[in-house]
Parts: sequence; structure tokens; C-alpha cells
Amino acid sequence: MDVLYFAWVRERIGLPREQVETSAATVADLVEELRAREERYAAAFADLSALRVALDQELSDFDAPLAGVREVAFFPPMTGG
Amino acid sequence: MRISVQKAPFELGAESDAFAAGVEGAGAVVTFTGVVRDADQGGLAAMEIEHYPGMTEKALAAIAEEAVKRWSLADALVIHRHGRLAPGERIMMVATAARHRKDAFEAAEYLMDYLKSRAPFWKKEILASGGSDWVAAKDADEDALKRW
Repeated sequence: MDVLYFAWVRERIGLPREQVETSAATVADLVEELRAREERYAAAFADLSALRVALDQELSDFDAPLAGVREVAFFPPMTGG
Repeated sequence: MRISVQKAPFELGAESDAFAAGVEGAGAVVTFTGVVRDADQGGLAAMEIEHYPGMTEKALAAIAEEAVKRWSLADALVIHRHGRLAPGERIMMVATAARHRKDAFEAAEYLMDYLKSRAPFWKKEILASGGSDWVAAKDADEDALKRW
């Protein structure tokens, strides 16, 4: 699936998006897999309360299932307006 | 209803006039404009606004549709810019039109409250000193949603 990063999450990981092969059942499982990869992922996902997640461009939760999802995006709380 | 996520500046007068002309007989038109603020007076070199193409347009359309339904608006407009903006530049505007002013004002506030915390935009302050800081979301912005 496509995994996208925005704002300081993008800066910490050093990529705007990447293709991830995963069999993670939930967003939280995917986060665990990413955290285990490298320090920059661990740093970006250190505090989930400071992050939001969107599944196929809809705001969602970290315990949401990933079945059928094509695009996952991680970002800090929005600051529009 | 029109949603525009754009890099280019917009003309406030032209946008307001065009919006008002399209809702003849509405009775009340409210517009709000957000401007890049230099709180430290000279400390801010620019504001960089990042967004999530695709999700941004969908999120703004959903927020505006909800406002149109709740307040029976004649129309609603949201323009939000992204990219690098200088202090004093307009970031965004909303406009609402309704039969009565209360509905138009409330709907405009609703649009602002939701797009601050539910539309995928992120602001980064580029400081004159050379550093930069992501603007943190405020608890007050999240709390503002509870009144709706």
C-alpha cells in the first residue's frame, strides 16, 4: 500500500511517500512494523497522541483495520485557516 | 458551492462580488479572510503551507456541504492557499450566504472551526533569524468543535 507522510512526520522520516508491503491487520500494527525498521521511523512515531491517520483520505483511528485500504497517511494535527 | 485549493493569490473584492452576485436575494452574505500574521513584528520571513492533495478538497467539500445543510445556506465558498506566503498575504477566505445574518455568521464560524482542525493543512513558520517551526495545533481549536 501507499504510505504518505506530511509536515514534521515527512521531515523526520525523510520521505513524502513510499510503497510498503505489509500484512499488518490494523494501523497500529503497521506503525509497529515501521517503528522497528529504523530510528527515523521510531522518532516519527514516538508519540501517537501527537499524530493523526487517514485511510484512503478519510480521517481514521489507529485501531482501524487495514483490509482493503490502498493509501495510509500519517500527519500531525491539522493547522489550517 | 465552490472549493478552491490554490497556490495563486486571490482578489478579495472580485471573489466577494462574484459570490454575492450568485446569491441574489439571499439577504446576508458573510465573508471571512485569514491573513499571514507576523506576531513578532519582523520575526516572520514567510509561512509555508503544506496540504494533502485530494484529501484537502474532499475534506473541505464535506465541511461546506454540512454547513449548507445545517443552516440552509444559499451558497458557500472556501478558498485556501498553499505554498510559501509572505506576512500580510491572504491565506484563505470563506463566504456564506443565507436568508438571515445569524445563519450566515454561524455557518462561517462553523466553516472556520472545522477547516482549522479537520482539513489537512499544516503551517510552518520560516523565521527571519533563519530557523523554522511547525505551528502546533491548539487545544482551543479542538474544543471549538464541541459547540457544534
